[in-house]
Amino acid sequence: MSISLRHITLAYGRRTLLEEVCAEFAPRSLTALIGRNGTGKSTLLRAIAGLNPAAKGDVCLCGRPLAELAPQQRAATVSFVTTERVRIANLACEDVVALGRAPYTNWIGRLREEDRQIVHRALEQVGMGAFARKTMDRMSDGECQRVMIARALAQDTPVILLDEPTAFLDLPNRYELAILLRRLAHEERKCILFSTHDLDIALSLCDAVALIDTPQLHLLPADEMVRSGWIERLFAGENACFDAATRTVRLR
Amino acid sequence: MSRTALIFSLLTLLLAVLFVADLAVGSVAIAPAEVWNALTGGACDPATRDIILKIRLLKAITALAAGAALAASGLEMQTLFRNPLAGPYVLGVSSGASLGVALFLLGAPLLGIGGSSFLQSLGIVGAAWLGAALVLAAILAISRRIKDIMVILILGMMFGSGVSAIVEILQYLSDEAALKTFVIWTMGSLGEVTGDRLTLMLPVLLAGFVLAVAVIKPLNLLLLGENYARTMGLNVQRTRLRIFLSTVLLAGTVTAFCGPVGFIGLAVPHLARMIFASADHRILVPGSMMAGAALLLVCDLVSKSLALPINTITALMGIPVVIYVVTRNRNLFR
Repeated sequence: MSISLRHITLAYGRRTLLEEVCAEFAPRSLTALIGRNGTGKSTLLRAIAGLNPAAKGDVCLCGRPLAELAPQQRAATVSFVTTERVRIANLACEDVVALGRAPYTNWIGRLREEDRQIVHRALEQVGMGAFARKTMDRMSDGECQRVMIARALAQDTPVILLDEPTAFLDLPNRYELAILLRRLAHEERKCILFSTHDLDIALSLCDAVALIDTPQLHLLPADEMVRSGWIERLFAGENACFDAATRTVRLR
Repeated sequence: MSRTALIFSLLTLLLAVLFVADLAVGSVAIAPAEVWNALTGGACDPATRDIILKIRLLKAITALAAGAALAASGLEMQTLFRNPLAGPYVLGVSSGASLGVALFLLGAPLLGIGGSSFLQSLGIVGAAWLGAALVLAAILAISRRIKDIMVILILGMMFGSGVSAIVEILQYLSDEAALKTFVIWTMGSLGEVTGDRLTLMLPVLLAGFVLAVAVIKPLNLLLLGENYARTMGLNVQRTRLRIFLSTVLLAGTVTAFCGPVGFIGLAVPHLARMIFASADHRILVPGSMMAGAALLLVCDLVSKSLALPINTITALMGIPVVIYVVTRNRNLFR
């Protein structure tokens, strides 16, 4: 398995977010992580990326405990696209993507021919080949998000995590991005896990859905998740509710 | 030849011209041809040779090294803190140095070593360096516990302000002679560096430059922020340590020997980004060092021509650059 969560307990400050959670994420799969604000989606992603250690339990990546991986090995196993918006003047798209090669380059970061080809290919894969020399400060949110995904691809990791990659995008761009992630997962055999609030994207385009129902995490194939009743629970006590038959949200 | 290589060549040429000009200009004007003769051992008036080799050469080398050092540490601070207004003194290096000097100037007469001007000037260097190093060590100790780099920036600034307040108390309490020496020190001077001190200053600066070059790749990764840098395999704590150490070696040493020379470290990295149109530290680190050396030589030329302290000139030349960068409002770090 690409990602194994073994009895993970996560806390934010003194608040417990997840308790004794076990889950397995397969290679060649796109999984959406859903849950209400403040339930720990980002914290879970950060724990898997090795940015914040879990309070208890182990995260294993490709069979090896995260804690045992050296920084360089970890960087070659998992890449992360955060919510931070990167807009740096004078930094061309291909330079940003080339930073993804950092775990493999020498002390000063010199790119070999092989690295250049990987960078070029990553930009092509996200449909940004024509933007290679453009600088990041002159691009739209959707374009920037694609460049950051290309950077994760250039990092050449079996696991890719994304924290709300669709948040700043318009509706068509959200679907385009999700379709891109789905294609990358299936064609490049990546294990991709991303947090989102787009229920329709999660249910229609993803192989599996992980839902945080504090302090538990339910991981099911998308169709089973629709029938499971867990999504209805998200709306408990609110004015809107989830209709499993039409897979849409409607007023109560 | 690429655009970058062309700019580097032009900068080298500019540095050479400014260096010779700095040797030629002074209270006694010396023709460039004679400067050349003095340097290469050709026919030259002995008095002129002495002026060039024993006074002006030391000062020009000091300007070269100090300019490069301030610019390099300013660049490191701006990238680490992702803040265009960060500079070598943002963490309180100059406040720490000032405190050291103020304590020394106030304390030395009590210990009875104020009489010897040699001991006094050497003591100023030592006290300044110690003060800068202590402040940086305090920041370092804090930074091991605090994850958010912005918190460290704010703590550094508060710490610096606190130290400055103590310096003001000392100034208020000190007698006229000590106060004057202190105020003159704060105005900065490149002329205090003798041959002996240069041999002390240059190796320390060299160590700082080596560290600055060693963090080129980490600095590039930090462009995307510490989180991204971590996920790309960077040991952020170790990088912070190296950058802080490099700053105390570079900015701390320059401040100890030349006083708190302002604005070079703040303005030059922006200049370098502009002329090279790049954010890549493989270009910016050497580029800033060369541009910093060139700008401080220009400032020294102007300060000599007008007989004004170097700090006033660096401020007057650096401030327009900073204003230009800020008003242009480009996203430098996010």
